[in-house]
Amino acid sequence: MPSPQLATFKAGYTWVPTVKFPGRYDSLAKIAELVHKASQEFGLEPLAAYGVETAVDEACSNIIEHAYGGEGKGTIEFNYRIEGDSLVITLQDDGKGFNPNKVPKPKINVPLKQRQGNGLGLYFMHQWMDEVSYQSIGKTNILTMIKRKG
Amino acid sequence: MEILHNELKRCDVIKINGRVDSATAPKFAETANEIVEAGRFRIVVDMDDVDFISSAGLRVLIGTQKICRRYNRGEVVLANVPATIMASLELAGFTPLFKIFNDAVAAVGNF
Repeated sequence: MPSPQLATFKAGYTWVPTVKFPGRYDSLAKIAELVHKASQEFGLEPLAAYGVETAVDEACSNIIEHAYGGEGKGTIEFNYRIEGDSLVITLQDDGKGFNPNKVPKPKINVPLKQRQGNGLGLYFMHQWMDEVSYQSIGKTNILTMIKRKG
Repeated sequence: MEILHNELKRCDVIKINGRVDSATAPKFAETANEIVEAGRFRIVVDMDDVDFISSAGLRVLIGTQKICRRYNRGEVVLANVPATIMASLELAGFTPLFKIFNDAVAAVGNF
């Protein structure tokens, strides 16, 4: 994996080259390493950094499982940039598009018997990040997640 | 991720080391399944060395808890939960569904 070279164009704006990962579950730990680096550079406290790691992990797992329908069928492009008080993370894939409104919200406060294990990933992404947005351009899906300081 | 499984007289202790994500959760599920398939339903999950757990890992916890609690034959309890993971468990609404102990000795003593 190439080591991203940092280039600072203006105060508070850091640009890092996009890194492409195979759409496989064993890429998740490698993507997490980049997320740690981004959070550290951005100066997030440990709990917030853990949240960002969770959001990115869930998003990438969803891409592999739902957009590609399994491992080894495409790539995930990871990029982050720091814009003032925002850490902006983007993930791109060429899999099946996805309508987040069609994913039911998990039932959180219900007894054990009624608890389902599904739907938590998307819920975590929205809970841990300040903004989550989806865009499809041609065959490319772009997920942008923003974490703000404070 | 590494998993240590320790079969005690009163219960089974699963100690996880590292990251529980979609790549590694199946291994955790396999260990938990082996235990319940052996007819043992009292399980301590020691999370002292867990760096990260995603919803894939939480699904294993909830699925195993459902099996263990059936017929009141046992339960899954958690020990040594790091603060970050505790925050995830709270967000997921899992804290009322699991007894959580400060250390593994207290968790084993629960059984």
